[in-house]
Amino acid sequence: MENLLNLFVKSVFIENMVFAYFLGMCSYLAVSKTVKTATGLGLAVIFVLAITLPVNYLLENYLLKEGALKWMGAGFETIDLSFLSFIMFIAVIASMVQLVEMVVEKFAPVLYTQLGIFLPLIAVNCAILGGSLFMQQKAFHNIGEATVYGVGSGVGWFLAIVAIAAIREKIKYSQVPAPLRGLGITFIITGLMGLAFMGFMGIKL
Amino acid sequence: MKFIQKFFENTKPHVQKGAKYQWLHSVHDGMFTLFFVPKHTSGSGSHIHDFIDLKRTMGLVVFALVPALLMGMYNTGYQHFAAVGELSGVGFMDIFLYGFLRVLPVIMVSYIVGLGIEFVFAQLRGHEIQEGFLVSGMLIPMVMPINTPLWMIAIATAFSVVFVKEVFGGTGMNIWNPALVARAFVFFAYPSQMSGDSVWVSLGGKQAIDGFSGATPMAEAAAGHPNIDIWNSFIGLIPGSIGETSTLAILIGAAILVITGIGSWKIIVSTFAGGAVMGLILNYFAGDNAYMALPFWEHFIIGGFAFGAVFMATDPVSGTQTERGKWIYGFLIGILAILIRVVNPAYPEGMMLAILLMNTFAPLVDHYVVEGSIKKRLKRIKVKA
Repeated sequence: MENLLNLFVKSVFIENMVFAYFLGMCSYLAVSKTVKTATGLGLAVIFVLAITLPVNYLLENYLLKEGALKWMGAGFETIDLSFLSFIMFIAVIASMVQLVEMVVEKFAPVLYTQLGIFLPLIAVNCAILGGSLFMQQKAFHNIGEATVYGVGSGVGWFLAIVAIAAIREKIKYSQVPAPLRGLGITFIITGLMGLAFMGFMGIKL
Repeated sequence: MKFIQKFFENTKPHVQKGAKYQWLHSVHDGMFTLFFVPKHTSGSGSHIHDFIDLKRTMGLVVFALVPALLMGMYNTGYQHFAAVGELSGVGFMDIFLYGFLRVLPVIMVSYIVGLGIEFVFAQLRGHEIQEGFLVSGMLIPMVMPINTPLWMIAIATAFSVVFVKEVFGGTGMNIWNPALVARAFVFFAYPSQMSGDSVWVSLGGKQAIDGFSGATPMAEAAAGHPNIDIWNSFIGLIPGSIGETSTLAILIGAAILVITGIGSWKIIVSTFAGGAVMGLILNYFAGDNAYMALPFWEHFIIGGFAFGAVFMATDPVSGTQTERGKWIYGFLIGILAILIRVVNPAYPEGMMLAILLMNTFAPLVDHYVVEGSIKKRLKRIKVKA
């Protein structure tokens, strides 16, 4: 239990997807104009990460990894399908995003139009594929750890995007120099947020 | 005072638009308002007028910083003579003078670089000089270790004025506290020069006596053997950044800020409350870890906790602006500061990063507080209707 809590804190703060790995930047920069849409996209990312990581974990351990196929019989022990992992992970993510899209369209049509193209683009959001690949690399012991890691990374990404959205709402009426308005100042804000998040780097749990 | 006023009135036509010295316009205006309360009033709408304008506010904060600064100067000299083993042979004024001469260049570099950039930006962008840097320029030297090379202070000041303040539109628009970003900048950009035990005590070219370590109480505590002299830490005779060591002087400053209503007492109180709560929680789980077992009041008097809580967290621009938000903001700063101090082996001090992190989240806290009260009021209307 303590182990899972540590993993959660670690994935939210210390190994934050945005500030430690700079993953998922495109939607992070594009959909962070208001807190409301940012919250919507953030929740969608949490949901997709929380679903895809356990599914990909099962695929990885019972299908793709070297020796994963031994449940099929003695002859399959040496098969290594890990070269397929990218395409399998992407397929899982894409189908999950499809699911999220249908749910959002049905229950929150306003949010659906606000998110626009970025909702289907979650499928190619690097934070999400990144989550699955980190899961593969970290070799978690059980499906619980993989799920907690997925939720944690999602929450970390969510925090990052709502924080920057609130900052961007606040500076809406600031006299930012004209060439920097829009994306320019957003990049500077992201850099400074990364500086602030460095307080967590180096904590060992 | 008459001749000063005359001087400004006589020179005014020469710096108007189209005149010969037009490029000095904002400098002229800035200097004039420093001496006199300007006559011009707002052109539209209804405003409440008060003599406490931005310049006077900033002046009061600088005034509140003076006790800590003087103690910092004295302590710089004290640490120097203690380190070289000549403490018994020198008087009070010798000690103070040494510290004064060591600290003065740091303050001058910070002000010259920062105000220079400020003047250039004001002129280029065609607005008046904004006084926010009066405080930042004083805070930057006070959070630096005494042996920081002056060029580093210049670069850090330039970075923080340009990238933390001017690109956001100048004073009153920044998201982060410029002085803290300057400190974080030197901390991360020059880690080898800014850590270790040699940066905290000025030796002035002399040899230190045997057995001298120069380690701050923070570094000793982080190494697992906290050794805190409560009285010296309280009045400020310990190695540390220039202005942060004397809790006593900082408390005097806090009193000035709170009485004049410039610093929010809510933030100060809740920061200390957060630190106390986290300290107690860590005490509970301490076991045989000496640093975790450290009582919270000892956390308050070492390192930059008090300085950060009083002068950095209360910054009205980068902190939260809603009243309920202030409680949340301060409380989280206290918790995070102690947590980073004790749990993170990479940084002995957590106050700087805790405040920067909460600066990041301050707009979000404000957003949710505002949303919350809107919701509450909507509910009230619906019940009546």
